[in-house]
Amino acid sequence: MEITSQSIGELHELLVTKRISAVELAQTMLQRIKHIDPEVQAFLQVTEDVALGRAAQVDEKIARGEEIGALEGIPMALKDNLCTEGIRTTCSSKMLENFVPPYSATAVEKLKSAGAILLGKLNMDEFAMGSSTENSGFFATHNPWDLERVPGGSSGGSAAAVAAEEAVYTLGSDTGGSIRQPSSFCGVVGLKPTYGAVSRYGLIAYASSLDQIGPITKTVEDNARVLREIVGHDHRDSTSVPFEIPNYAEFLNKDIKGLRIGVPKEYFAKGLDEGVKTVLHEALATLEGLGAIVEECSLPHTEYAMPAYYLIATAEASSNLARYDGVRYGYRAENTEDVLSLFKKTRSEAFGSEVKARIMLGTYALSAGYYDAYYLKAQKVRTLIQNDFNQAFDRFDVLLSPTAPTTAFKIGEKSGDPLTMYLSDVCTVPINLAGIPSLSLPAGFVDGMPVGMQLMGRPFAEGTLYRVAHAFEQNTDFHTRKPSLIKGGAR
Amino acid sequence: MSILDRYEMVCGVETHVELATKTKIFCNCSTEFGGEQNTHVCPVCMALPGALPVLNRDVVNLAIKAGLALNCEIAEFSKFDRKNYFYPDSPKNYQISQFDLPICKSGWVEIEIEGEKKKIGITRAHMEDDAGKLVHSGETISTSNESSVDYNRTGVPLLEIVSEPDMRSIPEVLAFLEELVKIMQYTEVSDCRMEQGSVRFDINVSLRPRGQKEFGTRTESKNLNSFSSVRRCLEYEISRQAELLDDGEEVIQETLTWDEGRGITLSLRSKEEAHDYRYFPEPDLPPLIIDREWVENVRKTLPELPAARRERLKSLDLSDYDAGVITSDKALSDFFDEALKGYTDAKNLANWIMGEYTRLLNAQGLSVEESPVKPLQLAALLGLIDKGAISGKIGKAVIEEMFASGKDPDVIIQEKGLAQISDEGALLKIVDDVIAKNPQSVEDYKAGKKQAIGFLVGQTMKATKGQANPGVVNNLLRERLDQQ
Repeated sequence: MEITSQSIGELHELLVTKRISAVELAQTMLQRIKHIDPEVQAFLQVTEDVALGRAAQVDEKIARGEEIGALEGIPMALKDNLCTEGIRTTCSSKMLENFVPPYSATAVEKLKSAGAILLGKLNMDEFAMGSSTENSGFFATHNPWDLERVPGGSSGGSAAAVAAEEAVYTLGSDTGGSIRQPSSFCGVVGLKPTYGAVSRYGLIAYASSLDQIGPITKTVEDNARVLREIVGHDHRDSTSVPFEIPNYAEFLNKDIKGLRIGVPKEYFAKGLDEGVKTVLHEALATLEGLGAIVEECSLPHTEYAMPAYYLIATAEASSNLARYDGVRYGYRAENTEDVLSLFKKTRSEAFGSEVKARIMLGTYALSAGYYDAYYLKAQKVRTLIQNDFNQAFDRFDVLLSPTAPTTAFKIGEKSGDPLTMYLSDVCTVPINLAGIPSLSLPAGFVDGMPVGMQLMGRPFAEGTLYRVAHAFEQNTDFHTRKPSLIKGGAR
Repeated sequence: MSILDRYEMVCGVETHVELATKTKIFCNCSTEFGGEQNTHVCPVCMALPGALPVLNRDVVNLAIKAGLALNCEIAEFSKFDRKNYFYPDSPKNYQISQFDLPICKSGWVEIEIEGEKKKIGITRAHMEDDAGKLVHSGETISTSNESSVDYNRTGVPLLEIVSEPDMRSIPEVLAFLEELVKIMQYTEVSDCRMEQGSVRFDINVSLRPRGQKEFGTRTESKNLNSFSSVRRCLEYEISRQAELLDDGEEVIQETLTWDEGRGITLSLRSKEEAHDYRYFPEPDLPPLIIDREWVENVRKTLPELPAARRERLKSLDLSDYDAGVITSDKALSDFFDEALKGYTDAKNLANWIMGEYTRLLNAQGLSVEESPVKPLQLAALLGLIDKGAISGKIGKAVIEEMFASGKDPDVIIQEKGLAQISDEGALLKIVDDVIAKNPQSVEDYKAGKKQAIGFLVGQTMKATKGQANPGVVNNLLRERLDQQ
């Protein structure tokens, strides 16, 4: 098997047995990026020097006979809304095109001290607003399974890089599906952890009450390994929660006999692609075959999740993005007359249209006279949605749904119609409103394009999601299939 | 007929005090005043992408303390909200404040005007972060070619204290503000240094014809930073509003700015132009839950408040006026209490502190904290006078020397040979000498002009350079003259 196809565990084994050095591994990945990324365009920036420098340190450690950690020497890449000290962090926006943070996000720091090798920063929808990575302020990323299709978004670069084996794993962020939907479109494993499980410090905010950082990997096991390194309470993020960090690997290789899986009927409603529906039913049959008890259930307020999400997320975004004003850092418009025109021109010139649309929507939702009807109402809906999930989890260990109603769509297909675009997150958005963990994993294919299934769990029950996902993965071969791009090399 | 015969003034005040914490409200940067520009900053207070606020617990402690001192209820559940507006001194372009659920509410402050006590209601008090400081090349931001921003003050914790519209005269307003500032200083919630802008007042005022129930239309004058500005601004606003009302015109509800130089208020924005701050709950901070144990622990740290201290001083036989002067400044009041540990005559101590001590302190331009004379040294001096070791007159010379050298009074008396002569044997010789030299006065005395003895006492004092004990001299003279 090719080096780039190996899992974290396999690569770790190769490193400790000195069959490959960390520098060789990094070079292999860098070669792969050079070779394949001109087509996929997942990377905004490749940090070759950083990668090779860190890899050399790991090799020295191995040479000294020291033990290395599970992620030590393993090459990875980060969504470009995660602050990296001394390394440009753009959020795929012209606004931050030349912004070099003086500090790293907590999750990034944790990976760094775990010995991770940073290959580069990954493309995304500008400020994480979008579902296709077409809203990048720089260029669109292509789906490795079909270069004419989108990789999903907003963590499209993160999902595409893993699918194209340009990085062993990546981190993305998920506000309304931004890890899971691209994972589904690209046939990889993506987890949105429980809100508060991973520190948001250093994650450039889109919507503070919804944002979470999570891992995107080739396999469930890899995902569990990465998650363990990035979770935990952080005093710098007041919304992060103190909890005992489980050894997620212990949830793997467990059977799922008697495990209760709820299937919310609202997630199989109209708009769901027939092919995707078939894949999901086959997946459910597989899980039943493994001994799980599958039952239909209802999350009655699901239809209100999308509007509530677009009010809450944009309201928070309108405030979070106010700091980009050209005064202290980032883009600054030239030839401005006074401070007001500096603000206006800077923001008009440097934000893309989707970002502007969401800032306007959020500003409107918070305005005097509309607050009660929109923002406050949306918060009430949020509570109802949380109640839906709480009630469902009284009966079920996990819930299961499609991750997205369709497979990856064509580049340009929906970019003119934001509402249709928003609907690609219809299955993922409620989960962020509820704050619960959710994982997307490959469940099958429709016309050669991957389909993801979404597992949802109780707060901090990521381990249970891994247990179900691993059981499914071990009994199917979807995760072993590769895009022809990889098999045949770049065109 | 003066304005306030025709109209009743209605006034409420919003006071912003800087809380006396070492570090800022949402990060660990220093709150110290006057550092080099942009040196007390970090990713959080500069609002770098991805930086998050973390609430400083000391800020909450001080807010609770202030609330208790202002007789407020301390909310078990309060939260922070974002107040959104664009201004270059605000790096986030929103302020983290408290909107509908403030930490303190429903309190009061008692003031006293000409012996009449009155409670001024406190609607609420809430925590928020301060903005940075703009430095313009010209006079204002709109007339400058360039402006720079100093973010040292960004994120310094503030407590905004909102009063009820309970004040009906300028003296009431001033008495309230003075009492409020004193409470903040006594509790060490804030040092309230007006010159550093660590306390600022927004004055809401309206007039209504005497006898009318409804309030008139009010104006709000922003950012006054001294009592004298408040007084002048109110005087100006009242006469301006009265003139409008007299002419049958309407007062426009607007926000004003006080022009200190010209002594007038200027319109900042009208009600229609008021900002829509689009408040919403701060998603980066969880709600603030304050259990009762926390409140009680803070209550234990409450010192004696100025009103209580005034009452205690009065119980020590000080007049209302003296008790008021001594407690007007916490440092002076602390000085008094400390001196009282070494000297028991509170009234005499107060006289000395308000008299000689304050005079000499002012002459040197020093604050009480910088005083070269320590409380127990003053106490020792007064003890020496009472004991008769020196006269009161010599005492005044000694305290001057204490201010100059910082030495203890007994050391100064020793060094300068200022000890009072009470020894009868030593004084008798001098008394006899004075009698011999002033036969006329002696004759006057014997002829029944008893006041003639005063002259002879004076001559004896003169002969001893003031060191003789005047009581002893008086007795000796009478004895000698009556014997003759």
